[in-house]
Amino acid sequence: MSVDTSKVATSNANKAATPKNGGPAGSIANWADERLGLATVMKKNLRKVFPDHWSFMLGEIALWSFVVLLLTGVFLTLWYTPSMGEIQYNGSYDQLRGIHMSEAMASTLNISFDVRGGLLMRQMHHWAATVFVASMMVHLLRVAFTGAHRKPRELNWVIGCLLLLLGTLEGFTGYSLPDDLLSGTGIRAADGFLKATPVVGTYMSFFLFGGEFPGEAIIPRLYTIHVLLIPGILLALIAAHMLLLVYHKHTQWPGPGRTEQNVVGFPMLPVYAAKAGGFFFIVFGVIALMGALLTINPVWKFGPYDPTKVTAGSQPDWYMGWPDGLLRLMPGVESVIFGYTISWNVMVPILIVPPLMLVILMVLPFIESWVTGDKREHHLLQRPRNAPTRTAVMVALMTFYGLAWAAGGNDIIAIRFDLSINQITYFLRAAIFIGPLIAFWITRRWCISLQRHDNETLLHGYETGVIMRSADGGYSERHLPIDGARAYEITARDRDEIYELESDVDGNGVAAPGTRVNALRAKLSKSMFADNVQKPTTEELTEAHHHAEHEHQLQAGLDHPADGHQFDGHDSAVEGHELRSR
Amino acid sequence: MSSPHDSVPAVSDHGGSVPATQEPIPDPGLHKHTWRPTDVDDRLAKRAERQIAAMFVLSMLCAVLFVVAYFTLEIGDSFDTVGYLGASTVALGLSLAGALLFIGVGVIQWARKLMSDVEISEPRHPAKSSDADRAATLQSLDLGAKDSGIGRRPLIRNTMLGAVGLLGLPALVVLRDLGPLPGDRLARTIWQPGMRLVRDVLGTPVKPSDMEVGDLINAAPEALFPTEENGYEEIEGVELNVEKAKGAIIIVRMEPGDIVSTQGDNWSVDGIVSFSKICTHVGCPISLYERTTHHVLCPCHQSTFDLADSAKVVFGPAARPLPQLPLAVNEDGYLIAQSDFTEPIGASYWEREKES
Repeated sequence: MSVDTSKVATSNANKAATPKNGGPAGSIANWADERLGLATVMKKNLRKVFPDHWSFMLGEIALWSFVVLLLTGVFLTLWYTPSMGEIQYNGSYDQLRGIHMSEAMASTLNISFDVRGGLLMRQMHHWAATVFVASMMVHLLRVAFTGAHRKPRELNWVIGCLLLLLGTLEGFTGYSLPDDLLSGTGIRAADGFLKATPVVGTYMSFFLFGGEFPGEAIIPRLYTIHVLLIPGILLALIAAHMLLLVYHKHTQWPGPGRTEQNVVGFPMLPVYAAKAGGFFFIVFGVIALMGALLTINPVWKFGPYDPTKVTAGSQPDWYMGWPDGLLRLMPGVESVIFGYTISWNVMVPILIVPPLMLVILMVLPFIESWVTGDKREHHLLQRPRNAPTRTAVMVALMTFYGLAWAAGGNDIIAIRFDLSINQITYFLRAAIFIGPLIAFWITRRWCISLQRHDNETLLHGYETGVIMRSADGGYSERHLPIDGARAYEITARDRDEIYELESDVDGNGVAAPGTRVNALRAKLSKSMFADNVQKPTTEELTEAHHHAEHEHQLQAGLDHPADGHQFDGHDSAVEGHELRSR
Repeated sequence: MSSPHDSVPAVSDHGGSVPATQEPIPDPGLHKHTWRPTDVDDRLAKRAERQIAAMFVLSMLCAVLFVVAYFTLEIGDSFDTVGYLGASTVALGLSLAGALLFIGVGVIQWARKLMSDVEISEPRHPAKSSDADRAATLQSLDLGAKDSGIGRRPLIRNTMLGAVGLLGLPALVVLRDLGPLPGDRLARTIWQPGMRLVRDVLGTPVKPSDMEVGDLINAAPEALFPTEENGYEEIEGVELNVEKAKGAIIIVRMEPGDIVSTQGDNWSVDGIVSFSKICTHVGCPISLYERTTHHVLCPCHQSTFDLADSAKVVFGPAARPLPQLPLAVNEDGYLIAQSDFTEPIGASYWEREKES
């Protein structure tokens, strides 16, 4: 490349952009503004800045897969019949021709085998749903691990958690609609969950199913919930999620010139409009590829629902796997009190733990800000290592989730690995309690070690891999200072402050109100932050550098960063430079 | 980004907005912008332009291919071609994916190669409103409250709250007709004394001599297969499905000596026992039988029942044994039920013990 690309530029254009009047676009804009007055809003937002990082794309996948869901879903509604009326199937699929089934199942087969592009759209819709929930979950982890849910974004975090819940319910109601053998089994289990609800369980079941299971109301009712109720709420919450995102402006990673007071990146128009808009087509395209090449939910193989039949290896969609796993792990405990039955074996894994997990998730940022007492706004992201306790809590929750999920596939694991299903279940019953604790401890210590390593790097430089031998035969590894921008990035974080209880009595020597709560807060604050490694002070850095300079004088030799090839003849850092000759 | 020449000592005392006493390393400020090859070399820019346009042309091509595939490939009888995916599905999917992906890749290539890549900085503002705005809003609220007199007229306020709150009642009550009340329906099934056990698909009755030791038959009450001969009432649609969902049973034959216990006296016939097929956990039909151990396993959540020992739970989350159907043989030698189940079948529920 002969062109010099290292010189400094401030713009890509040769001339300054000047606003132009006229042209058809101008007159349309003028016409619209005179009626809508959009210019005031748009002037601020058209060039709104969004920071760039790959992890900010995860939520975008969720957003775009939701759009794909809307588009493919509308297509499916044009042929799907939400009815449990029994008819004889006479479509193209040989193996089921002549069989009696519900209209819902028959129309699903019709979409799959007699509507051109129907199977593609069905599979795209189902794949988009799995991608939607998966990307929401990964996006949630990204937000939690980087502390993006701190003030002022706590409410957006809560909205996000609700979106995850609604997305999951939307998925469940959706895959129940074909009324095939697998989904019918899922609905029957759901009926069992309802019946396990204390006091009102049987009433809820009879009201939802319009009588006794299976009835003929459940499919049309789930259909209304699936295409109207939940998507409506999802749409509203997604709109709120995006509006808050725009209002708060996106978080960014700390770095040179990136502070709590600014947001650095590319403008919405044209760069982000193009990148995000282009990304929509990529998400859509990838889902089309999946729909074309990966069979999902082949209902024609399961056959129509029959309440007396079930297939071995019945599995719900992946996001329902973890409550299903908890259901499998829970021992068969049931108590009868005053003649009333309490089914702990269903209530605990379905009606208690999953809602509890959701609540825990939602209150995480509030608990954290209560413990730290930190009421400042945070727009700079934290590296996961710099919040060891939070990171460890999230990993512990993930471990719980993962083990429950594994339990949901215990039959598949037993078959694939030729293991005893009983032993897998016994192991997981213990692991679901012990695993998260171990994961918490390991993650926390791991984060603190990484913090320590950051400080080592700051104070003593990075390891060059160059081994120096001193005159008296001792060996040492050469350390060199790191890049200035990198050093700044590492230090661009707050020092943790540990809340301490000042005095447990007020001015009059009487126990102060709220002391017990504050004592708990102090205790939590200490256990959360006391072990963290803080970034070095200016004095420590200066001292370390004096030390390093002294060291350099002692073992002078390298005057540029080592690339590891100084001694093998492939040194490319400086041409004609021969270390060996010194 | 950073070449070796850029590296500076970890501590530098120039630049930065934060006082050095607070931050060990001052903010070096934004990276300086550097040109991309396409910014300075017109040839490369032209090449990028051609690449992007080519992507869009390929997308158009794919869109046309989609239409061609739609009209030329048969659906219906070709669903098993191309790895059981269907020729039409694969062709439509691949061309659609191409049409979409080429647009996406083209637009992003455009953004990366040709659109401005100068990072700009925008100031942030606190999420909260300015103090003046807050004060003005509070004042408006205050004025509004005062004008309405809601504070001075508690009678109006309280009755209004009551009225609006009570609106929840109609909203709740109007849902009452979603379904009938449960009554004791869950406690009963269609089984009656003397009803024959029939095979669940064919509807043919079962004689003890039809069964070898180790056999399992999925069976149903004969009332689900009404004929003129047996005289049961016509049953179809919802009612049929409901009774099917509750009345399903399994019949197994084992060595009479293997039977450790049954739920009632004389409920078995020559080692033949019959249990509800509906799991007492959440109601999946149970179907995996292991003849050597007499265990039956629910494929949904792996509850395991020992049919030789009153179907008691030997493993898994179910809390109660499968209800047993008392068996007898009628004068024609067919297996019949002595009575309905003596307890509710299927998943547990709150008032279960009250009804039985």
